Amino acid sequence: MIEIKNLHKGFDGEEILKGIDFVFETGQTNLIIGQSGSGKSVLLKCMLGLFKPEEGTIEYDGKAYSTFTDEEQRDLRKEVGMLFQGGALFDSMTVEENVMFPLRMFTKQRKRELKSRVSEVLERVNLDGSENKYPSEISGGMQKRVAIARAVVNKPKYLFCDEPNSGLDPTTATVIDNLIQEITRENNMTTVIITHDMNSVLEIGENIAFLKDGVLAWKGDKEQIFKTDDKTVTDFVYSSNLFKKVRDAQLSGH
Amino acid sequence: MSYVYSIGEYFLMIKGVFGRMTKRSVLKELIFKEINELIMGSLGIVAFISFFIGGVVAIQTALNLNNPLIPKSLIAFAARQSIILEFAPTFISIIMAGKVGSFITSSIGSMRVTEQIDALEVMGINSLNYLIFPKIIAMLTYPFVIAIAMFLGIMGAYAAAVLGGFVGGDVFLGGLQDSFEGFHLVYAFIKTFIFAMILATIPAYHGYYMKGGALEVGHASTTAFVWTSVVIIITNYIITQLLLS
Repeated sequence: MIEIKNLHKGFDGEEILKGIDFVFETGQTNLIIGQSGSGKSVLLKCMLGLFKPEEGTIEYDGKAYSTFTDEEQRDLRKEVGMLFQGGALFDSMTVEENVMFPLRMFTKQRKRELKSRVSEVLERVNLDGSENKYPSEISGGMQKRVAIARAVVNKPKYLFCDEPNSGLDPTTATVIDNLIQEITRENNMTTVIITHDMNSVLEIGENIAFLKDGVLAWKGDKEQIFKTDDKTVTDFVYSSNLFKKVRDAQLSGH
Repeated sequence: MSYVYSIGEYFLMIKGVFGRMTKRSVLKELIFKEINELIMGSLGIVAFISFFIGGVVAIQTALNLNNPLIPKSLIAFAARQSIILEFAPTFISIIMAGKVGSFITSSIGSMRVTEQIDALEVMGINSLNYLIFPKIIAMLTYPFVIAIAMFLGIMGAYAAAVLGGFVGGDVFLGGLQDSFEGFHLVYAFIKTFIFAMILATIPAYHGYYMKGGALEVGHASTTAFVWTSVVIIITNYIITQLLLS
C-alpha cells in the first residue's frame, strides 16, 4: 500500500501538486487520470523518489519515504518495477537480456536459474520464443510486454506504469491492460498506472484518482466514474466522442 | 555563465561516475564490450590514416630537402619526430574525437531520449557509473592504439621514402635512430593518456545531459566533437609547454 498525505510540489514558484491525499491499494490497479498538465507525471516522479516533495509524505507500507536512509531507498528501488511510456528497453540487449537485467544486477542467481525465471516470465506475457530477438525486431505491443516482463521479473511489491497504452491499437491496449491487472493480482502488488485512456479506466479502473490542476478532484472506481454527476469528472470522461455517444444513447433509451 | 555551469556539471558527473559501483561481474562484461567497440573498432581507420600520413610526411620532407649539405637521413628523423610528438597522439586523437566521441555521445544520448537512463535510475542503478565508467576503463587501452599509430606511421614513412627512391634503407634507419630521446615517448604517452580521459568523458557528458529528441542527439554529437577537439588542442599546448619547454 502506498499512502500519500498532503503532497505539495512546485517548480520555479509554480505549484503543480496542491496537497494531494490518496491511498493506492495493494492487489489493485490504481489509476491516476487527468488532463495533460494536471500533475500526474509529477505525482508519479515524487512517488518514485525522482522529485522531492516540498511538503507532505509518501508512505510505503506505513513508512514515510522521507525517513528512509540511502540504503533503505536503494532497497526500496529494488522492490519497484517501472513500465515506461515508450518501454525504455535497452536496445543493445536481446529480449532475454532485457528481462534478465534486474536479476543480474540485484541477485546472485546462477545463469541457469536466471534463464529459468526469464522463461517463466516471458511465457507469462506470451512471449516465449522471442528470447533472442532485439527490441527493434518486435512490434510495439510486444515491446510493452517485454517491458512488463522486465518490470515484474524481480517480483516487485510496487509496479508503476506511465501511460502503458500509448501508441498501441485498441486490441493490443486491452491485452496490455488485462495483463497488468492479472499480474497485479497474481503477485499481490500495488500497481499505479498513469493514463488518460478512458478504455483503460473502463477495463481496469479499480481505484481511481482524478487530478485536475494539481488537486485530487475526485476518487472512486470504474463503476462510479460513469455514474457520477461531478461536472469536472464528466467533462473529462465524456470528452471522448465514443463515451459521449454511448451515454447519449443510454439517456435516449436506444 | 552557462560555460561555468557546464564545467561544474562536468566535474560533478566525474564524481558521480566514481560513486556507487555497478556489480563487478556486469562491469567486467561492459568493459570488454567497450574495448571492442571503442578501441578494436577504431584500429582499422587508425592504421590506414597513420600509414599514409607517415608516407606523406616523408615525401614532403624529402621534396623540401634541396640543400646537398643537409643529410638525407633527416627525412627519417623529421618523420619520426613529427609522428611521435604530434601526429600519433594529437592528430589521431582529433580523429578519434570524431569517431569514438560521436559514438559515445549518440549512444548515451539515445538512451536519454528513450528513457533508458531513467529506467536504470528507477532500478536503483548509478547510471553514470554503469554507462561511463566502463568507457573510461576501456580508454585506458588507448595508448596501445597510439603505439600502433606510431609504428605504422614510421612504416609508412619508410615505405614512401625508401620505395619512392628518396633515400636508401640504411640511411633511413640511421636517421630514425639519430638523436633519439626516450623522454619524447614518455611525453607522447602522458598526453595520450590525458587525451583518452578527455575522449571518454566530454562526449559522455554531452550525451548524458542532452535534452530533447532525435534531432538533438545529432546536435549533441556535433557539439561533443567540437568541444573534445578544442579541449584536446588546448591541453596539448599546456602539456607541451609544461613538459618540453
